[in-house]
Amino acid sequence: MSKKDELVPEDLGTEREKEIGQHIGYRYDVNLVPDYDRLTPFLKKYLEKMQWDDLNWLEDVHMGYEEDRPAVFDRNINGWVTVPEDMDLPDNQQDRDMIARELLIKFQMSQRHPMVVLEETYGKF
Amino acid sequence: MAKIEKSFESGLHAEQLSGRTQQIFFSAEEGENFFYPYNAFEVDFNNKAEFDAKDLNNKEINLKIRELMKEDHGHIVLKNPMAKHSVGVGILNRLRLDIEGSLGYFGCGLIDGPNIRISGRVGWSCAENMMSGTLVVEKNAGSTFGAAIRGGDLVCKGDVGSRTGIDMKGGTIIVGGRTGTLSGFMMQRGRMIVLGDAGPNLGDSMYDGTIYVGGKINSLGVDAVHGEMTELEAAWIDRKLALYGLEAPNGAANLQKIVAGKQLWNYDNLEPSEKKIVL
Repeated sequence: MSKKDELVPEDLGTEREKEIGQHIGYRYDVNLVPDYDRLTPFLKKYLEKMQWDDLNWLEDVHMGYEEDRPAVFDRNINGWVTVPEDMDLPDNQQDRDMIARELLIKFQMSQRHPMVVLEETYGKF
Repeated sequence: MAKIEKSFESGLHAEQLSGRTQQIFFSAEEGENFFYPYNAFEVDFNNKAEFDAKDLNNKEINLKIRELMKEDHGHIVLKNPMAKHSVGVGILNRLRLDIEGSLGYFGCGLIDGPNIRISGRVGWSCAENMMSGTLVVEKNAGSTFGAAIRGGDLVCKGDVGSRTGIDMKGGTIIVGGRTGTLSGFMMQRGRMIVLGDAGPNLGDSMYDGTIYVGGKINSLGVDAVHGEMTELEAAWIDRKLALYGLEAPNGAANLQKIVAGKQLWNYDNLEPSEKKIVL
């Protein structure tokens, strides 16, 4: 058996997935498609405020991990923002993703965000 | 060497250049703000303004939009854009912007939040680097539609040119008609839905993300492969298309799904440490 074959996970379903040795596409994980019944009150308010009919860009935001700690990737600073240790997280990915979205918006819109300093230092307008 | 000294003088090397240099944490105390604290305005959707852009150049048009937002206008109607380039760019807050006419190159680039409707056509690179919001083009679009888009919904109800969604890193691009050659080139994340035909080399060198096609695909690019549709994503597509008054020609479940074969992935766990060594 080749080294590559040894690395193929056993639970791969399709022939193509077996051939390339990994799952194809993140949408195979049903948990990653947002469950709109689990929107937090803050997110409902945000969508209403923006006049969006769905989560829009937040569909791509999920709770991830950075150095074994729950964290959310902030594209505006190109880095992970860590969830504080004392914050309790729910036991399912859908609710965790909703919390990730809420935390990220609040952080991006706050005066603590690094972009505020960047704008003050280098902003032209 | 002189350059390095200069960068030290300007404070660019205050921290060591290896390993982790900072940790940023969320705060549970964060307040409820809904717009950026920089370069954004809190506007009222019910406060409407109109202006004629016929005799204005692109810089004057963009400044006019900014002035109106500063004056609390949340609904702006821009008339006679005359296909000028780089109009409606850099809007970082919620806004309803109706553009009555067509735009030239790089229309509505770098937007983060607004809901924009363009009644005419758009030139190259419409909504380049779009971050969030919605943008609907009622007619056709030129090449590199949604180049490097990172989020939001970008919709063209007609046909689009080549390299649609090149380098896209998130968000959703919807094309009501056909798309040209090399669409989805180097796509890294996000979703593209093409209800008509797709030109040659679709999804060439895509790393991730998903492309759905309702018509014929001329040819697939390097490492683009057919994937399997699931009920869940068909439901997601139906919901998304309905938002813009569109529907898949033979039902979302019958769209062709294209994903990355991931044969071009050459990453390994050593990469981050290799980068540190280089630094």
